[in-house]
Amino acid sequence: MLSALNLECLRGERRLFRGIGFTLAAGELLFLEGQNGAGKTTLLRMLCGLTPPNAGEIRWQGEEIRHLDDDFHARLCYLGHQNAIKEDLTPLENICASAHLADEPLSEDDALNALEQVGLMGREDLTCRYLSQGQKRRVALARLVHERRALWILDEPFVALDTQAVTWLSGVIGAHLRRGGLTVMTTHQAVAIPAAPTRHLRLGA
Amino acid sequence: MLRVILHIIARDLRLAWRRPADVCSVVFFFILVASLFPLGVGPETEVLRRLAPGVIWVGALLATMLSLPRMFAEDFHDGALEQLALAPCPLGLVALGKTLAHWLVSGLPLALIAPLLGLQFDLPPEALATLAFSVFIGTPALSGIGAIGAALTLGLRGGGVLLSLLVLPLYIPVLIFGAGAVDASISGMSFTAHFFLLAALTVGGLAIAPWAAAAALKIALE
Repeated sequence: MLSALNLECLRGERRLFRGIGFTLAAGELLFLEGQNGAGKTTLLRMLCGLTPPNAGEIRWQGEEIRHLDDDFHARLCYLGHQNAIKEDLTPLENICASAHLADEPLSEDDALNALEQVGLMGREDLTCRYLSQGQKRRVALARLVHERRALWILDEPFVALDTQAVTWLSGVIGAHLRRGGLTVMTTHQAVAIPAAPTRHLRLGA
Repeated sequence: MLRVILHIIARDLRLAWRRPADVCSVVFFFILVASLFPLGVGPETEVLRRLAPGVIWVGALLATMLSLPRMFAEDFHDGALEQLALAPCPLGLVALGKTLAHWLVSGLPLALIAPLLGLQFDLPPEALATLAFSVFIGTPALSGIGAIGAALTLGLRGGGVLLSLLVLPLYIPVLIFGAGAVDASISGMSFTAHFFLLAALTVGGLAIAPWAAAAALKIALE
């Protein structure tokens, strides 16, 4: 489904990586590994189509993603370093706004349900400014609950989460893979995603 | 497609509502700039009437400038812009939504307040109406052109100054026709030609500028 061929990334004079390639089939998980600065985030952004690779190509179901553009975006859920939530809005408003932008409008009940799953029940009307780092991360993660996208690209999804939430998120990713979804993720934590064929790709090795 | 634009406008308006200081600072800046002139120049109504169109329009340009750096910066810093770029709709429409939202919170208040400021310059009633209407149809062009500048200077150090250097020259046509319409109205001539040209700038600005801004945003996100 998702394949990368001979990807190369240059940052100024420095070559971050070259010759990176993989294929990922439905239901598979790819762990990106590497030291800080090895180019993991850059590679993830390339896979989303945010950063064009200096060489090589990325294909989704056999077609290059830059030709697919919006059709590819409609299958993709990207969770970046930043939470992409608005501090002046409440968790509920944030979830509804992002659902509207994703063109998958959400009823208030569904939004509350998503908030309950990420463990923010009772905080839905509190401005996000007053939430802790981990709670903000949970608001961002609520997208994984209500958006039904085939490809998840997650950049350090476990950062700032407590152990309970880490277990919960591993379960959610596992369930997504069992449904036939694909996941590419980076993490520095040792987490076990239940029942998933896992591949590893090491950058800067 | 249209729904996405509406949702972006709704989101940005809600954010502006939560932080009224941003809108107020633009409006008060406009009021102050336009009020300094009558105080500095003196009470000769003839001179003030001559000055009014230019001064008020320059005030409107500068007030719009003041709010431009914020247009994309917050979305850029909290990661929301990445998500907007990955939304299943063209980034140009997203930029159009943000441009319209920017106009609603910075251009429209200026148009509403402009006739009040005109009173300080002893403008006749007809000229006041012309002034309000010219600011009303001219400011969307300012938001559109400004969006390109805001997108181009996104993430740059000292982007604010660069932004004014980039954008103010492009505002000149709007200034000429906007102030020209009020001038014509004061001297009792027809101002419809000015209005048509202003409207053309606005339509052109809103049709083309968001796509240019979107291209600049993509570069900023790389």
